[in-house]
Amino acid sequence: MTIDVIKPGLATSIQDTGRQGSYHLGIPPSGGMDQRSLRAANLLLGNPEGAAVLECALMGPELRFKESRCVATCGAEMTPRVNGEAQPLNEVFRVPAGATLSFDFVKAGARLYLAFEGGIDVPEKLGSRSTYALGSLGGLDGRPLQAGDQLNLLPPSAAAREGRQLPEALIPQFSKHYMLRVVPGIYDHRLTDESRERFYEEDWTVASEADRIGYRMKGGSPLSFIEREPPFGAGDDPSNIVDACYPIGSIQVPSGSEPIILHRDAVSGGGYAMIGTVISADMDWVGQIQPHQKVRFVPVSLEEALAARAKYRKGMEVLRQMP
Amino acid sequence: MSADKTATARYSLAADEFMFVELSEEMTLEAFFRSISITQRLKAMSVPGIIEICPANASYQVRYDPDQLSAASLQEVLESLDREVSAQQVRNIETRVIEVPVLYNDPWTHETLMRFRDRHQDPSGTDLDYAARINGYDSVEAFIEAHSGSPWFVSMVGFVAGLPFMYQMVPRERQIQVPKYLRPRTDTPKQTVGYGGCFSCIYSVRGAGGYQMFGVTPMPIYDPFDQQPHIDDSMIFFRPGDIVKHRPIDRDEYDRLLADAEAGHYEPRVVPFTFDLDDFNRDPDGYASRVKEVLHDH
Repeated sequence: MTIDVIKPGLATSIQDTGRQGSYHLGIPPSGGMDQRSLRAANLLLGNPEGAAVLECALMGPELRFKESRCVATCGAEMTPRVNGEAQPLNEVFRVPAGATLSFDFVKAGARLYLAFEGGIDVPEKLGSRSTYALGSLGGLDGRPLQAGDQLNLLPPSAAAREGRQLPEALIPQFSKHYMLRVVPGIYDHRLTDESRERFYEEDWTVASEADRIGYRMKGGSPLSFIEREPPFGAGDDPSNIVDACYPIGSIQVPSGSEPIILHRDAVSGGGYAMIGTVISADMDWVGQIQPHQKVRFVPVSLEEALAARAKYRKGMEVLRQMP
Repeated sequence: MSADKTATARYSLAADEFMFVELSEEMTLEAFFRSISITQRLKAMSVPGIIEICPANASYQVRYDPDQLSAASLQEVLESLDREVSAQQVRNIETRVIEVPVLYNDPWTHETLMRFRDRHQDPSGTDLDYAARINGYDSVEAFIEAHSGSPWFVSMVGFVAGLPFMYQMVPRERQIQVPKYLRPRTDTPKQTVGYGGCFSCIYSVRGAGGYQMFGVTPMPIYDPFDQQPHIDDSMIFFRPGDIVKHRPIDRDEYDRLLADAEAGHYEPRVVPFTFDLDDFNRDPDGYASRVKEVLHDH
């Protein structure tokens, strides 16, 4: 069973739950940026939770189905259309043989997850089908989709139920102003007290450079680092450190001007001081923020981060139990 | 000495899944050695809940599952390993010496650096001219001799897949230092030998970059499509702790080695080696010669 890619969309790539164990060699986890929506789309179809799906950023693809298949979309609000006819989000529907699936412009959120009954069939690389484009690894030839590509699907493991819906309570409510919880630390002692406080008191605007590697923020006051004699090997800029590992979710501020939150295709290390890390429970939300939307960073303790994590996991359990 | 060194480790929580450990603010061979010694031991312990262990130049990072292992317990494990490494005076590591052939001053990085000249500190020359001059060398040839004469530690692998950061095994006064480009390039040829701060690197993939460009190697170092027999299932050739010796080659040899690589039968020169920090500190130049001998006696 194959699907023809007529138009690839803005940045559409094959993703699953990602790969582990290679970050020390520079290979990041990859995988869907909004894991909750990726998993929800698979669970709706009765797929394995981590089956490979299409992550569609801001503008969806146009696909022609050679055979009939059920699909489900979760995440960003981009109305799916089969031969032009609107279909529901967060619900299983069938695309008949020969039909074309397309999407409207995004209304809310940034990334839609399109799951196919059975899941996408590409070879696993280092334990995952996820695309890591910087390293030309995984997905379809290690890159986002292009017009003319063909996607193969695996045979469905169980019959999908047309009309099955994600319960209303489990559908994320997108906003235009997000609060991201951050555990301050790593190199934030390099900031002046005033600067560190102000970082958490101002609104930041997501820049147009917001992709799977990282989200760049603008609009807040430049950060000031404490003056110092540069340590050997660090570099002369006050924001420089001796090149180190970058945690996923960490926030770096090159030259003090524009904070960058690293996401699942992160560069694994480099020479910029990190001043805190977005908690794991909020990373899905980062992937749903559109350029030009606003963000406020909220400092939290490890205990608060762990409580949020427990709540997130509970939410995933509810998803798995959905009727 | 040991107690002091342990006291300098700084443990920082990077939210709920990562712990970041800074061993030294400045780059030193001692700090790198401590990072590699601790992380090698940690890996061998196979602690349940630890997902990824990433050594870096003068720090390291652990990704863990806080539902299996608490931050406090993890930190205890790391602190005790640091004490052990310091108390036992762990001074050697099992590693390998790898020869990396380099075509310095090659046409491809030259074309690229000319294309991005407006982003460079010194638009009038090449990256090699600039690096040689600011490091006090009379000529590019003398600079290349310094870059290729003494061996390097792979002190970190990352940024992008498989890119080695290398720190030269020479006393600090002889360390080469160069700034990065004023503004990063949007292009760097694959397998470019670059330099930024006190680190040399080899770009594993074509792409953006800010390091000065000195040459290219024909040796494949990243293998996402599984075409290179000398690279294992990890797809990555280098490991932190590897010792690298650059060997200048000419265009003919480059072409020949590249043809080998493209045909999937590149054979790197790799020799197992025990590195001893005290031996090295006693006589860095003598040690560099020994590394060279090990490569060519084998």
